[in-house]
Amino acid sequence: MSTCNPVLAIDNLSLEFPAYKSSVKALNGVSLHVNPGEIVGVVGESGSGKSVTAMLSMRLLPERSYRITSGSLSMLNRDMLSAPEKDLLKIRGRDAAMIFQEPMTALNPTRRIGRQMLDVIIHHQKISASAAHAKAIALLRDMHIASPEQVLESYPFELSGGMRQRVMIALAFSCEPQLLIADEPTTALDVTVQRQVLLLLREKARQKGTAILLITHDMALVSQFCDRVYVMYTGAVVEQGLTAEVMSNPRHPYTQGLLSGLPEMVEPGQPLMTIPGQVPNLSQLPTGCTFAERCTHAMPVCAKRPVLTAIHHDEQRKSACWLPQEELS
Amino acid sequence: MNSALIYPAIDTAPEILKLTDVRVRFSVSNDWLGRPRGYAHALNGIDLQVRAGETLGIVGESGCGKSTLAQLLMGLLKPTSGAVSWANGKNGEGSSNVQIVFQDPQSSLNPRLPIWRIITEPLYARGMRSSEQMRSIAAKVAAQVGIRPEYLDRFAHQFSGGQRQRIAIARALSSDPDIIVLDEPTSALDISVQAQILNLLAELQQARNLTYILISHNVSVVRHMADRVAVMYLGQIVELGSAAQVLEQPRHPYTRLLFEAVPRLGVPLLAEQVAAPTELPGNRNLPEGCFFFERCSLSRQDCGQPQVMRGGQHQQVRCHVQD
Repeated sequence: MSTCNPVLAIDNLSLEFPAYKSSVKALNGVSLHVNPGEIVGVVGESGSGKSVTAMLSMRLLPERSYRITSGSLSMLNRDMLSAPEKDLLKIRGRDAAMIFQEPMTALNPTRRIGRQMLDVIIHHQKISASAAHAKAIALLRDMHIASPEQVLESYPFELSGGMRQRVMIALAFSCEPQLLIADEPTTALDVTVQRQVLLLLREKARQKGTAILLITHDMALVSQFCDRVYVMYTGAVVEQGLTAEVMSNPRHPYTQGLLSGLPEMVEPGQPLMTIPGQVPNLSQLPTGCTFAERCTHAMPVCAKRPVLTAIHHDEQRKSACWLPQEELS
Repeated sequence: MNSALIYPAIDTAPEILKLTDVRVRFSVSNDWLGRPRGYAHALNGIDLQVRAGETLGIVGESGCGKSTLAQLLMGLLKPTSGAVSWANGKNGEGSSNVQIVFQDPQSSLNPRLPIWRIITEPLYARGMRSSEQMRSIAAKVAAQVGIRPEYLDRFAHQFSGGQRQRIAIARALSSDPDIIVLDEPTSALDISVQAQILNLLAELQQARNLTYILISHNVSVVRHMADRVAVMYLGQIVELGSAAQVLEQPRHPYTRLLFEAVPRLGVPLLAEQVAAPTELPGNRNLPEGCFFFERCSLSRQDCGQPQVMRGGQHQQVRCHVQD
């Protein structure tokens, strides 16, 4: 799998947002890649840089508000960091699409669903309005929406949250992108709807061979949905690997802490395991391991920043920690 | 299993709150004479008792009436019909002391007050005016929730999300309430912070014998915290019982559907029933018979009649198929 060209490749990317007399270091050497047709998860808490990674991949961050300090980002073998806005307009929506957390804010509240869908389809594909209309109906029907004509005629506020998110997915797939970035696509939805939306998303992606980069904070969701997972902390990947392996045998103390802090992991009523302390301030990151001050395994060597290293020479499975890997198991 | 272990002594604790057939409806739009054209039926006959020292979990999807119930308990709404009676209240009025912890600590803390004033706001509302007294109470409660006394003069924006939620909890504690309503207390927080807050809530409950009503759509949080669980659907309680019983052996088809949909670590997502309806029916016109009829996999011919709660003390179900 690693031999074919990845649809998204991020290499040692660092980014900072200039602030008054300082800068917020949002990304500190992120490396990740998404292969064609693969479902990849990125988990992390708020401030871990997962949304910044997603937004930057589409170049959706406001220009001049950020500074790239190192690294590269390429999508479908094109350098996204230097691409002019004219090219980006073609890439966004056609080659790569994005689904946001809150479908109500992603859809224009003053225009009917049909208008918005046709805009996107006609912009990227040179087809007539009637053909685009037929295509929109087919897309909505694929999302198991019972009366697509009626949905096209309605405004976003007339639809329920699950329905809106299904419209967003239909819209994202309208130009058959090769990469779909989903930033917390189901956080605003109920569990029963969440399940349906995820199943539809996966079915459609498998059918069209679309790769999905799923950004979430829900470990259980990742374990059900993704082939591979990256765990992020303070703007860097701390652990990566096949989902099942990371979930069953986490190597980084942070991943271990995240997993054992879930209420499912203990008997009801027993105290939960917690990670002490808080996420460090991104404008004053320690020079060493950023997790060291919360880590129960902290050692003198942690004053140096560890890099992602392969575990047992497996290039898929990496962890950024000084602890000898045997000790952690 | 030892039955004393599954059903703790909660059963014998005194009732402090009783809801009898509580209904709440809101008028939707008015005609030109100001008469309502229709109603949104938010709560449709809630019968519930809350006992001292327990944690009652309430789960359900959005639109099922969880938040209306919270507002009703807080006294922000009056029931359209039915009675809310407090054990130590007067004339069935909501005069008992209930406090609430909201979902989003960012928007529920006044940005212009120092936190010692935020924490003692319930006392101030009840007529306490002495600053020294309020400050000393604030310091005491803040220490209990893990906020350092030096921080009492800071403002809410100077704290992280988890600390803000601690302040919200301190505010709920300061007036020694009979019941604390926890409305999605951890859903705005990160996983590692969620664990800290849940532990704090459990410790405080043990230390101060608090009564919690935990409203959440996160089933694993409810499983962790609650002694008893009520599952709500379209303004009704469809299943009620001890947490162990309801969560391990759900009997109502809706409860099963809900719990199956919860993502679980290491359990793969199976692709059956993609097209199954997942929307709640509208609450403008209530169904004639069983409210869950449209979505139910077990529906029969005779489900067209209204359902009542059946079953014993430890688990009640609003479904006649399960008899």
